Amino acid sequence: MEGGVGAEREGRLRALLARVADPEIPVLSIVDLGIVRHVRQDADGRWRVGLTPTYSACPATEAIRSAVRTALDAEGLTDVILEEVLSPPWTSAWLTSEGRQKLRSFGIAPPEETVASPRRLWQAPLVSCPRCESRSTERVSEFGSTPCKAHYRCSACGEPFDYFKCL
Amino acid sequence: MSAAGAAPQQPEASSRAAHFRYVLRLGDTSLVLGQRLGEWVGHAPALEEDLGLANLALDLIGQARLFLTYAGELEGRGRDEDALAFLRDAPEFTNLTLAEQPNGDFGHTVVRQWLIDCWQLEIYEALLASTDARLAAIAAKALKETRYHHRFSSGWLMRLGDGTDESHARVQRSLDSLWRFTSELFAPDDVDERMRAAGIAPALAEPSSRWSSRVDEDLAAATLVRPAAAPYPWHGRRGVHTEHLSHMLSEMQHLQRTYPGARW
Repeated sequence: MEGGVGAEREGRLRALLARVADPEIPVLSIVDLGIVRHVRQDADGRWRVGLTPTYSACPATEAIRSAVRTALDAEGLTDVILEEVLSPPWTSAWLTSEGRQKLRSFGIAPPEETVASPRRLWQAPLVSCPRCESRSTERVSEFGSTPCKAHYRCSACGEPFDYFKCL
Repeated sequence: MSAAGAAPQQPEASSRAAHFRYVLRLGDTSLVLGQRLGEWVGHAPALEEDLGLANLALDLIGQARLFLTYAGELEGRGRDEDALAFLRDAPEFTNLTLAEQPNGDFGHTVVRQWLIDCWQLEIYEALLASTDARLAAIAAKALKETRYHHRFSSGWLMRLGDGTDESHARVQRSLDSLWRFTSELFAPDDVDERMRAAGIAPALAEPSSRWSSRVDEDLAAATLVRPAAAPYPWHGRRGVHTEHLSHMLSEMQHLQRTYPGARW
């Protein structure tokens, strides 16, 4: 009985979180981004949702926190505790496959490697153009419009595009 | 005064004060360097580099927030990240002297950034093994970002060092003038010693030699010459700063000092 109620509550919370969009890339939910680290009920009976920042200064972090709070409050779930999780640090490998697909259809190339190597200075990863799928692309800048993106250009179709970089 | 033979795990007031100071120093270096980089916004040589420097600044300020929030909790006097960032005077800042040096030209900023990136890479890497789980978690987060920063700074160091005669001469001059501040990077004092004894901070010999090798490797690729060691007792970490910090703080703290507690 207990387990059934717990599972129902967890499912409801997860569904709610899956509807909270990332403010910078609104096609992605925070679940797609892999920043929801846990949804659980602790021994004290309180439900806790753990969120981790993508980059330590990502301005979206606070907006996301407040969007989640608002969504919880709107469903009367005011007693759910939101907590920040720092360890293990977020990695772009936590993007869900659905999230990667959504990124591509939104015009942002998803991350190509699981881990960025610190010594690969001149070899930028091979990134496919999200519009024409050509691999003949070049990096314009490792830093783009948000901390998580780099700026690329496709040599085949000529389009500039964002690349969601590896971290 | 603690009695001889007291359990070493018992945190004494002075050890807690050292812990606060240790974390504060890390936060202050990130904050001051982040603020310096922020001065570039709208002034960098190209839009891409403007974005790059702003991104680095943002990461550093994010790291500073994590460190300063934690430092405030360790101190236990109710100071939060904002109180520590905006309501302290220069002598209370404990950043590396190198971090507060003015931006100069783009190459000068790159050299300063690269020297500190190399330092942060080693310190954060070593802090992963800290007995302080929260500090280790912040270091792990910061380390990933610092790798990006080092790619940016070492990349520009190479382009400029191995670029034209003019760019080479200018970054070599910047290196020669900033090098003296590196004597502070791995010089342990009583705070470092206490933290090392508690397993919170690493011994500095290994990070220091790794820093040195990385620096040599990057300099070789950039065709730049490592300046001779010029020991000088810089004490930014102890609150003794060059004149540049107060000027920087007067701008950074202006709003909070003029309108205390302002919110927007």
